[in-house]
Amino acid sequence: MEFATSLKCRECERTYEPGPRYFCEWCFGPLEVTYDYDGISEIVTRESIEAGPPSLWRYADLLPVSHSARADLGAGLTPLIRADRLAKELGLNDLWIKNDSLNPTNSFKDRPVTVALSKAVEFGFKTVACASTGNLANSVAAHAAHAGLDSYVFVPHDIEPAKIVAAAILGNVVEVEGNYDAVNRLCVELHDTYEWGFANINLRPYYAEGSKTIAFETAEQLGWKLPDHVIVPVASGALLTKVKKGFDELVEVGLVPDDKEVRVSGAQAEGCSPVAVAFENGSEDIRPQKPDTIAKSLAIGDPADGYYALRAVRKSGGAVAAVTDEETVDAIRLLARTEGIFTEPAGGVTIASLVKLASQGIVDPSERVVAFVTGHGLKTPEVVEARALARIPANVAGFQEALEKKE
Amino acid sequence: MSAVVKIPTSLRGLTGGSSEVEVPAGRLGEVITNLTDTYPDLGERLLDEKGNLRRFVNVFVAEDDIRFLEGLETEVSSGQVVTILPAVAGG
Repeated sequence: MEFATSLKCRECERTYEPGPRYFCEWCFGPLEVTYDYDGISEIVTRESIEAGPPSLWRYADLLPVSHSARADLGAGLTPLIRADRLAKELGLNDLWIKNDSLNPTNSFKDRPVTVALSKAVEFGFKTVACASTGNLANSVAAHAAHAGLDSYVFVPHDIEPAKIVAAAILGNVVEVEGNYDAVNRLCVELHDTYEWGFANINLRPYYAEGSKTIAFETAEQLGWKLPDHVIVPVASGALLTKVKKGFDELVEVGLVPDDKEVRVSGAQAEGCSPVAVAFENGSEDIRPQKPDTIAKSLAIGDPADGYYALRAVRKSGGAVAAVTDEETVDAIRLLARTEGIFTEPAGGVTIASLVKLASQGIVDPSERVVAFVTGHGLKTPEVVEARALARIPANVAGFQEALEKKE
Repeated sequence: MSAVVKIPTSLRGLTGGSSEVEVPAGRLGEVITNLTDTYPDLGERLLDEKGNLRRFVNVFVAEDDIRFLEGLETEVSSGQVVTILPAVAGG
C-alpha cells in the first residue's frame, strides 16, 4: 500500500499531485514527498518489516512507491559491523560502520535509484538519465538494464576510469567537458527537451526518499534503537538530509522510542567544502565552490540540499568537518587495516572526518557512533598506493628472503 | 543592444509561451528589471520581498553561475545569453 500523499514545497508549502516534478512552480523551492503517518503507524510494525524482503524494500510502506513492477536489484540491508579496532585507534567505545559499498553496484546510490527507477516505470518513462559523478551513473545504468529501460548517464569527463567502465558496460555514458555542476546544469536543460526520467532531476523527490532507508536499517540492525551520532558524507546534502528525516520518521510512526535526537554530522573534502565552510562561519548562505579534490564522488560545488543539510546538522547538534586529500588517503588505509573494508575516497573523507571530530571531542567516547561508508575502493584504485609485498620464485627460500627483507 | 534571456518551461506561461526573450543589455539586475517590466508576473517568482534572487533560482550569464561573477552587478553584454534554472537538481 502506498502512503505517500502529495509533493509539498519545502519553502512555501504549496502542494502538488504526485508526478515527475521536482521544484515548486511558484518559488522554485524543492518538492518533498509527504505521507499519511497515521496510516503507516496503524499497519507497520517491527515484525511486519522484519518479515519483509532482505532488501530496502522491507520499508516499502515508508517509500513513495505503489507499483509492483519495481526496478529492484536487491539494494539495501547492507552490513552494519561493529568496528572495535578502529574505535580503539580513535579513543571511542561504541563505533559501527554501515558498509554501503556492498550494494548491487557498490555504492549507496542504489538506494535512491531503485526508488527513482521504480517510479520511472510507474510514470511510463521508456528512457532514464542522470547527472552523476560516477556512482549514480553506474546505479542508474544497472537498474535501467534490469527494468528494460534505455539509459543515458552524464558524467564529468575526468572521473575515475573504473566508474566509466562500470557504467558503460550497462548503458550509454556521455562524458561532458566540465565539472559536475556543469553536467548538472546541462541535464536540467536537457530535461526540458527530452521526455525522460532523470533520476536526480524530475524524479528527485522520489529518488531522495530512497536514502532514508540507510537510517531505517541502521536502527533496525541496532535492535530497533537509534544511534547517538552518525557521520555522513556530504555532496549535494540530500543523503544527510534524508538520514535525518529517516530517523525522525521512525520516531513518528512509533518504530523506535522517542528518547533522543540523533546527532547528524557531515563530512566534506577541503577541496569541495561549501557546507563545511558555511557551518564554520555560522552562516546559512552556501557559497558555491569550484571543486578540487580526489573525492570526486563528493565534488559538487553547488549542493542542491546544502542549506537543508546544514539545518539538519545544526538542529541535531552535529558538526561538519572538512579534511584534506592526504587525510582522506590515510583514512582509507586506516579503515582497511583496522576493519577490513576498502573504500573509495568518499568513505575516506567520512572516516577522516570521524577521526577529526573524535580528536576535537565533538564525537564523544560515550556515544554510540555509526559512520556511513558509501562506496567501494575497487572503483578508485588509483588514489591509493598499495603494492604486493614481493615477487618471488615458487619456493620456500624465496618467501623467507622476502619476509626477512620486510622485517 | 539586447541580451537573450532563456525562460525555464515552468515560467513560460508568464511569457506568452516564449522560451527566449530579448531585453536591453546592461547589469544583470537591470536585465531582470527589463524582463519583469515586460512580464510583471515574473517578478515575484524570481525575486524575494527584498528584491534579491530567490534562494532556489540559479542564473547563468553565458556559461557561468553569477555567484562566481558579480551577482546582480554582473555586466551582460549585447548578444549574451542569460539562463534561469531551478537550483534544486542533482546530487
